[in-house]
Amino acid sequence: MNLATETLQHLPPAPEVKYTAKDFQSDQDVRWCPGCGDYSILAQVQRVMPELGIPKHKLVFVSGIGCSSRFPYYMDAYGFHGIHGRATAIASGLKIARPDLTVWVATGDGDGLSIGGNHLIHLCRRNIDIKILLFNNQIYGLTKGQYSPTSEFGKVTKSTPAGSVDHPFNPLLLTLGAEATFVARTLDRDPKHMQNVIRRAAAHKGTAFVEIYQNCNVFNDGAFFQFTEKETKDDSVLFLEHGKPMIFGKEKNRGIRLDGFTPTVVSLAEGKYSASDLLVHNENDTMLSFILARMSNIPSLPRPVGVVYATERPLYEVEVERQISRAVQKQGEGELQKLLYHGETWTIK
Amino acid sequence: MAKDVQNLDDVTIRFAGDSGDGMQLTGMQFTSTTAFVGNDLSTLPDYPAEIRAPAGTLFGVSGFQIHFGTTEINTPGDTCDVLVAMNPAALKVNLRSLRKGGIIIANSDGFNEKNLRLAGYEANPLEDDSLDQFQLHSVNITQLTQNALADLGLSTKVTDRSKNFFALGMMYWMFSRPVEPTLKWIGEKFAKTPEVMEANIRVLKAGVAYGETTEIFAVRYEVKPASLSPGRYRSITGNEATAWGFIAASVKSRLELFLGSYPITPASDILHELSRHKNFHVKTFQAEDEIAGITSAIGASYGGSLGITTTSGPGMALKSEAMGLAVMLELPLVICDVQRGGPSTGLPTKTEQADLLQAIHGRNSEAPIPVIAALSPADCFATAFEASRIALTYMTPVIFLSDGYLANGAEPWLIPDVSSLPDIGVTFRTDPKGFFPYLRDEKTLARPWAVPGTPGLEHRIGGLEKQHITGNVSYDAENHEFMVRIRQEKIDRIAEGIPAASVEGPSSGELLVVGWGGTYGAIRTAVEVKRREGKSVSHLHLKYLNPFQKNLPAIFSRFRKVLVPELNLGQLSQLLKSRYLLPTVSLTKIQGLPFRSVEIENAIDDLLK
Repeated sequence: MNLATETLQHLPPAPEVKYTAKDFQSDQDVRWCPGCGDYSILAQVQRVMPELGIPKHKLVFVSGIGCSSRFPYYMDAYGFHGIHGRATAIASGLKIARPDLTVWVATGDGDGLSIGGNHLIHLCRRNIDIKILLFNNQIYGLTKGQYSPTSEFGKVTKSTPAGSVDHPFNPLLLTLGAEATFVARTLDRDPKHMQNVIRRAAAHKGTAFVEIYQNCNVFNDGAFFQFTEKETKDDSVLFLEHGKPMIFGKEKNRGIRLDGFTPTVVSLAEGKYSASDLLVHNENDTMLSFILARMSNIPSLPRPVGVVYATERPLYEVEVERQISRAVQKQGEGELQKLLYHGETWTIK
Repeated sequence: MAKDVQNLDDVTIRFAGDSGDGMQLTGMQFTSTTAFVGNDLSTLPDYPAEIRAPAGTLFGVSGFQIHFGTTEINTPGDTCDVLVAMNPAALKVNLRSLRKGGIIIANSDGFNEKNLRLAGYEANPLEDDSLDQFQLHSVNITQLTQNALADLGLSTKVTDRSKNFFALGMMYWMFSRPVEPTLKWIGEKFAKTPEVMEANIRVLKAGVAYGETTEIFAVRYEVKPASLSPGRYRSITGNEATAWGFIAASVKSRLELFLGSYPITPASDILHELSRHKNFHVKTFQAEDEIAGITSAIGASYGGSLGITTTSGPGMALKSEAMGLAVMLELPLVICDVQRGGPSTGLPTKTEQADLLQAIHGRNSEAPIPVIAALSPADCFATAFEASRIALTYMTPVIFLSDGYLANGAEPWLIPDVSSLPDIGVTFRTDPKGFFPYLRDEKTLARPWAVPGTPGLEHRIGGLEKQHITGNVSYDAENHEFMVRIRQEKIDRIAEGIPAASVEGPSSGELLVVGWGGTYGAIRTAVEVKRREGKSVSHLHLKYLNPFQKNLPAIFSRFRKVLVPELNLGQLSQLLKSRYLLPTVSLTKIQGLPFRSVEIENAIDDLLK
């Protein structure tokens, strides 16, 4: 047994506490701009945490750099504010070393998809049990308003006065392509939905990737209003529910039907199509997940929101532990003197 | 026929051939056997960066040099006594390192028209008189190998691959070495391919028999065991010793070892070696890049592991931001840099000492990190252990500098009794009462190590400037200056907890030769030669490069001149000049190769004229 686990095991058991959201609020003043979408994310996470039954001291929030990455300071848990883009790599080392901890990452579109894109995709493929909340506001906020890797083509910002000529990333496609085992999307202005997605991510065994549409009211105000505001939301968003046909619209009278491999919008009001003609959501269907993720690139289609994909695959850190126990079983606990003496040695008298 | 046996004090052999000829393997086998018979030794593998460079070319030549003797051996040898050349390119590239009168064993079958042309020979040097000043033995090794295997029905490809064992067999005969250790090794290595095992065994024995029966070798040599201190020995390379030093530190601190690393020459063997020892609860994480290598190690360290990352120069450059983070977080971490020729990709398989200033200064802002360096392959064990001890005692990242020469070079090692290694006492903070993340230990200035999972110690750390004691984010001007100064002071105080520097040779005199890292053997040899000639010269070799040991000024004051040989443009020299206003004389070499001791001897002569 190593010193860290031994030390922790010898501590008197922490009293069982029934947490409330307030217990997860740290003593630090929250310093996001008034009206920022980040406040809602913080509130929903703090609201869901008490339900999860994880003692605060077992919970670690890791972040990189950017507005989103101030998140750990505001959570009363263990917190690690890292360097730009590396939260996922830091969290990977921590979780592999300490599988007993619950590790969450707070990141943004710049931190997670630009400077940290490499670590993000590798975390997804390894399937380490880490939950990633990616606050996507399609802008660089902390550096005061440059376009980000999710900003739309033609985006006019301080660094692109003539419009961006970058094609944006689709975070769902990217993480599905990296074979993440859990991929979901939610909205900062839909607290109930966000809480549900956070619950699902928490319950998932493996890397869980959650894209959150988050409004930056200072540098990119209204980027997602089409999907979050009452007037347009119902006609623009497809709320995914496992096992349910894909119906949307204010009147619940439109649906998604597959024409070959192409999703199309059909009307349920004209009698030609009924719910039984529609695509039925299946979170475990790999092929379907790509079609759903791709829908975000097609403006005429509603934007899918919810759990896009969920599957199970062996956990990296569990396999690491398994190899260690196998080695110990086969060779016995390592003995330093034996190691130094093994192989060819000779003695001089 | 009976042959003369001649005794020698020391011999240097260089095996050279195509990079696919198995010269490294041949050299390593000769090394193990030579270590086994009790000689002191030092080796220098010298190979191209390409895995299988085009056959027959000059740039594809792979060499392995071993210097062994009855006397103390500190270097792989300035010049060779014997050159084994498997083809014309190998001869051409290595001939200049052969002493006049030295022995050439050439595989005459390799000297065909195509190979001669590739090596730029107009005539076959084995057949004209161009090699008259050497003792040339042309041996048709390829043919003899095929003869030995004629009845096995193996493909030419397989038979040709065995020819290095023929050369090895001849060398075993010539230097009176036993074949049994290599036979045992072949048995284990090729257990799954019995036909290859059989072929290699036969060819090795055929090489020995050839030496015994043929008339071309009139003499065989004997190099009696060295008078090493009593005890149990093994042959060890720098990278092996480094890996084991880290395991030892893990055992003695009772912390799990976590290595985050990205493959890079010449450091990868440390990753390979640590990956083999899972029964020590070692976790190795082959990261997606150098940055993930170090940041994952920082994450593991935050969780209470001994976090380590290994790399070489280009990787060091990529890790520098994360090193700064570790400085700010004040978490233990060891960064092992196996230096190679640079800048940029440089000379991946060649050695250099040019990362010293990068290690000491190469980060944004004031980010002090202790730096220590190993001085011989075996010393990597103690240095890896010491780096870990400093990291854990002072809650700081530590840079451990090795180099390509130490990493791949081998020497006999008197295996330590592990009970004599000190325990590295680590205590995790568990008491919430009076806990502050940056409340420092009065003596070491280390902050408490409070790992996630400890009830009541929930706290936040990060790369933003910290308020003294509380660790809260602070932009306060006075606090920042205070924190910069206290982080520096913490590193400076390490000098209180390390042994004083000691001079080899008289503690005062005309000239002090100051070195660091892998140049130890060459400097030691040169200084001893010159002292035997009556020169007033001593040797100081620095392991601790940041902070320096406290008694350095006292040592310097007792010598009139200071010579600093380095495999760079004078980096230590520059540090000593600026720190101690010391008028050093710099001796530099940047060829991807270690110093020959004669180069240092000449510099000593120049200064003591």
